[in-house]
Amino acid sequence: MLKSLKAPVLSFLGFILIGVVLEFGFSAFIQITALFVLVNIILAMSLNLVNGTTGQFSLGHAGFMAVGAYVSAYSSQHWVPLPESLGFLNFIIYAVLAGLFAAFFGFLVGQPSLRLKGDYLAIVTLGFGEIIRVALLNMDFLGGARGIHAIPTLPEGWGLSRFMSQYLFGLFWTVTCFFVLWRIIHSSHGRALLSVREDEIAAEAMGVNTTSMKVRAFVIAAFFAGVAGAMSAHYVRYISPSSFGFLKSVDVVIMVVLGGMGSMTGAIFAAILVTLLPEVLRGLQDLTGVDLRMVIYSLALILVMILRPKGLFGEMELPDLWRRYVRRSS
Amino acid sequence: MQDFLQHVINGLSLGSIYALIALGYTMVYGILQMINFAHSDVYMVGAFASYYAAKWLGIENQPGLMTLATLLVVSMLVCSLLGLTIERLAYRPLRKAPKLNILITAIGVSLFLEYTGQIVFGADPKVFPEVVNDMVLADFGRLQLKSSDITVLIVSLISMVALQFLIHRTKVGRAMRAVSQNAAVAAMLGVNTDRIIAFTFVVGSSLAGVGSVLVGMKYPKIEPLMGMMIGLKAFVAAVLGGIGNITGAVLGGLIMGLSEEMVVAYLSSTYRDALAFGLLILILLFRPAGLLGRYQMEKV
Repeated sequence: MLKSLKAPVLSFLGFILIGVVLEFGFSAFIQITALFVLVNIILAMSLNLVNGTTGQFSLGHAGFMAVGAYVSAYSSQHWVPLPESLGFLNFIIYAVLAGLFAAFFGFLVGQPSLRLKGDYLAIVTLGFGEIIRVALLNMDFLGGARGIHAIPTLPEGWGLSRFMSQYLFGLFWTVTCFFVLWRIIHSSHGRALLSVREDEIAAEAMGVNTTSMKVRAFVIAAFFAGVAGAMSAHYVRYISPSSFGFLKSVDVVIMVVLGGMGSMTGAIFAAILVTLLPEVLRGLQDLTGVDLRMVIYSLALILVMILRPKGLFGEMELPDLWRRYVRRSS
Repeated sequence: MQDFLQHVINGLSLGSIYALIALGYTMVYGILQMINFAHSDVYMVGAFASYYAAKWLGIENQPGLMTLATLLVVSMLVCSLLGLTIERLAYRPLRKAPKLNILITAIGVSLFLEYTGQIVFGADPKVFPEVVNDMVLADFGRLQLKSSDITVLIVSLISMVALQFLIHRTKVGRAMRAVSQNAAVAAMLGVNTDRIIAFTFVVGSSLAGVGSVLVGMKYPKIEPLMGMMIGLKAFVAAVLGGIGNITGAVLGGLIMGLSEEMVVAYLSSTYRDALAFGLLILILLFRPAGLLGRYQMEKV
């Protein structure tokens, strides 16, 4: 038990260093961008479990993110389970609640739709995502089209600034997400998921319950999408149904595809790239006077698909790439 | 009763527009087994092309049959050229790639057209020129036959009949059917599959061009993101009728248009967009091949 916690705890402590550097050396704009890098990493890693490892094409990730964001925002406004001094833990509880709700929705959506394949699955998940959004638009107690304002954010305290506690909150979930997914993928369950991607009929012949495997992957991914939604709700402190539209789902898909379907470190790398690229290209906007960022973004997507169809990392993880590099140069 | 008939007429004219766009989806799917996400943006470009053409030719304030014909021709030309270019540059290099890559490329092309459109045409909505004289042809109290609705119905009927003729009565149509049934065998028998696929894109895109003028006439507000929702609904219509099936696309389009009109009339307009996806999910759960589609056995 303790041994298996060693790597997560160590990497958590290691990444705190980045937070400290950001805290003292950089502007608030870069800090909020860093927080969104964390949100997007979780989204990309979780969608990678469905789209990459299991080989199912889901286009509705933003829908689960929306469920998580709304649950966490609503509960944080109406319910305080622990006393003020343990404020940080409250937010963890909200995020878990958000994840569980999203996972439940993932189960509801996945159960019927994962019997479909390929394009159809993509369209149905897109449809469910849109339905969640339209349903939120019509719920008055959740603010309807106006959304929820003034969502509580993480408290200062224990000597931590607001950014630091937000960063720790995000880092906690990113590390949790990474290790949970990594260990699932490298367990016998992960093999079963892979076999569904490689050949469904053969997998079924080997005794893998393919539908149940797909639903499991979908539910786990929805859980983390919900958590990511909760994080973004507490970071921006304002949510509305329009922030979780079709384009948000496409964003996440782009990260997974760009990184390489089935590569977790690839997904992380692509999430960082996709979050930072528009910010870096902001300079170009000043130069040309028009907003070319999204044009470049979509063009890059097409070119990656044509020139490097397996994504930047392919199916390999960062250590594999490193090993290959070392072997080649020796 | 008269109210109901009025809704039926509105629904039919909306539905025939959906049907026109759905035909493009269904033809491409039938021949390549891919969802051409960019189709809805081809349609958007068609609307803008006819908007600028009308301005350039100075016929934006001269409604009439001549204007209608000119705009239809311009829009069809521009759309088919665009469809051809997209097929050549983005889809042909990926002919042998996994389906997922093609789907993602299609989404990429769609985003590219939308964002380029926002830069080139500007993000603010524009008013489409008046195409036909807006008048009431026949008045039965609360039931009115408007000229725009009648034009929509007639133009889409003509296009659909022309398409039927093209597919079932001409040589190139036979080649298209052959490629969609089995591309490899068709190629062996001397059909130039690449050319037929390109031709399919031309036909599908020009139908989207027709649709764009008709939509511009009925709802004269055009913007670079206008294709998104109508494209999704047209796609749902194609799936509803059985994707790959031409009659199915028309049937699905009409069902979509009618049911949407009824939901707006008798329930609430906020549920308008949810309806399309609700219908889609129901049809995929209970009859995944669509109303007129055939089931295919999966073989090892």
